[in-house]
Amino acid sequence: MTETVYVQLLDLTCGALVLAAVLVLWRRDLRAIVRLFAAQGVALAALVAVLGVHAHDAGLVALAAGAGVLRGLLLPLLLRRAMRAGGAGRETEPLVNVAASLVVAALLALLSYAVTRPVVALEPSPATHAAPVAVTVVLIGFFVLVTRRRALSQVVGFLLVDNGITALAFLTTSGVPLAVELGVSLDVLLAVLVLRVLTTRMRAAFGGTDLDDLRELRD
Amino acid sequence: MTVLLLVPPVLPLLAAGLHAVFGWRRGTAWLGVLASAGLLGAGIALAASVSSRPRTGLDGFLRADALSAYMVIVIGAVALLASLAAPSYLAAEKAEGHATDADLRRYGMLSQAFVAAMALAVLAASLGILWVAVEATTILTAFLVGFRRTRNATEAAWKYVVICSAGIALAFLGVVLLHFAARHAHVPEAGALDWASLVRHADGLDAGVTRIAVALLVLGFGTKAGLAPMHAWLPDAHSQAPAPVSALMSGVLLSVAFYAVLRVRVIADAALGAGFTRTLLLIVALASLAVAASLLLAQRDYKRLLAYSSIEHMGLLALGTAIGTPLALTAVLLHVLGHGLAKSVAFLASGFVHQAVGSSRIEAARGLLTRGPLVAGCFGAGLLALLGFPPFSLFASELGIFRAGFDAGLGWAVGIALALLAVVLAGIAARTGRMLLGAPSRQPGPGAATIPAAPIRPAVSAALALLLGLAACAALGVTAWPLDSLLNHAAAVLEGRP
Repeated sequence: MTETVYVQLLDLTCGALVLAAVLVLWRRDLRAIVRLFAAQGVALAALVAVLGVHAHDAGLVALAAGAGVLRGLLLPLLLRRAMRAGGAGRETEPLVNVAASLVVAALLALLSYAVTRPVVALEPSPATHAAPVAVTVVLIGFFVLVTRRRALSQVVGFLLVDNGITALAFLTTSGVPLAVELGVSLDVLLAVLVLRVLTTRMRAAFGGTDLDDLRELRD
Repeated sequence: MTVLLLVPPVLPLLAAGLHAVFGWRRGTAWLGVLASAGLLGAGIALAASVSSRPRTGLDGFLRADALSAYMVIVIGAVALLASLAAPSYLAAEKAEGHATDADLRRYGMLSQAFVAAMALAVLAASLGILWVAVEATTILTAFLVGFRRTRNATEAAWKYVVICSAGIALAFLGVVLLHFAARHAHVPEAGALDWASLVRHADGLDAGVTRIAVALLVLGFGTKAGLAPMHAWLPDAHSQAPAPVSALMSGVLLSVAFYAVLRVRVIADAALGAGFTRTLLLIVALASLAVAASLLLAQRDYKRLLAYSSIEHMGLLALGTAIGTPLALTAVLLHVLGHGLAKSVAFLASGFVHQAVGSSRIEAARGLLTRGPLVAGCFGAGLLALLGFPPFSLFASELGIFRAGFDAGLGWAVGIALALLAVVLAGIAARTGRMLLGAPSRQPGPGAATIPAAPIRPAVSAALALLLGLAACAALGVTAWPLDSLLNHAAAVLEGRP
């Protein structure tokens, strides 16, 4: 792979990563949100594969395959199952409307360029130049987490955060040590399973998964 | 040597496995006690063997120094109290119809696996594995928080998992950035996240990246430690969980998360100088104390009251760490154990009160001292300990933190903290005074007459747990000599001396 192709593929996959995150803000249909999340998982896997091929690192390519299976197939499958049991397929009116959300996403992108300046300065390689993109995905994930009101969209927000952090780990170094990476993936998978069970219980107790119902515990 | 390092995580895991196979019955209900006693013993043995130099095991996967050994002792001590009280507490839950046999089996598995994850967190050689273990505690305790499956319990469990997972994700972002900085400081790939090598290479870490990483790590692990501004999950989760789990979560889980902050501070101070973490920790410390004080004043629920008191004590730990002198750090460590013991006694007692009264509202409980002198007395004594009264060890450790603060020229921060503690004292005393003293509430009896509410009589094992916890806390307040050398060694680790 020549250097130009490498940089172009890198930019392409990172672009897909952040585009999927922005589109999650735009769509209200929960099914579309899950599809976008799956697409982002595939983009992340492709990004890791590009980095692996460039570095001639077979282990990294294998990790890319693993990430693709977990984030592109397994987690979206779990989310879809949770949704099918859930009934209501649309996000209720979010706290911040779509147009404003998109503006916020642009501001978050600016913010992430500002905060990652020391990271880029430390090692000005093509890969670390893409680090702000990964941080943008993290910030958009947090934004989804605090503004969306369906249980499922909150889970997707949490997973966007996780995708962004994983992308950052691979862009800055060739990922965290393997034992840690495996542990983190297992934790994320289990967290989603736990949240799925809790969604079911919430539906039994509250008759819905609108998080506005969660207001009994307060001071 | 490896064996001793393996015992703390493996013993509770074995107990969890046995619960999975045999369920929760008369025979297996005491497995937790055995496992925690073993954990405590292993902690003491570790403390003796690491006093000269740290030990590693499993190819450098596990590592114990004086600080890890001390934390294992804290986990073992609190887990012992919680597991002593659990059988009678759960038997009552089952008798009231709040739990089925399957629930009890799940309780046994999850609570023991939870203890194992905490033991792994403090013995992990690497920051990354510590992160994995701390996130695992969130997952394992989610269903314990939602144990009763009521609306409130489900709501608390959801908030708990979402806020803690999101908060701890920030910490993972910090881990990733620190790993990046470490690789540039030529830390070898294999141990790039190991505490020991990070401390050794700290002066080579890039200041800009390390600063972002440390801020994220403190904020992220601070979420799990219940420090402001990300403390919102804590009162819900700690008030809804079954009492033995609340004791474990409040008594040790918060401190295990804070242990991560303590370790990060060592690296940060070596890389950035003391000013950065000091400012950061002072802000979260005073914010946590302010949150606790303001919400304790008008608290109507005695379990939430204890939860806010935990935020207060985590704030004190952060204050002591910000001061950072040897005296302050030793006091912080003693405070971790003292708070663990006193808070678990208070939570366990509050669990038995809750079962007798049927509500966790303060006005529902009246004149408890006449109804159940032992439980209410222990609850009251636990509160006094938490408020920092002698002879309990929290008096000594708070005094140590404040004195160190004045010596270090942070008198203004200590002054603010003392004023907020006075508010906490007033709030807790005003709220709980009538709960304990006065005439007991009466229930409608036959005809128009009312009969006194039934007395509260805890099982022998539960009473033992309450008295043991208070006795240990008081003994440590009178003299901490059995722990003296361990505390000094652990404080030395926190000052960056190996």
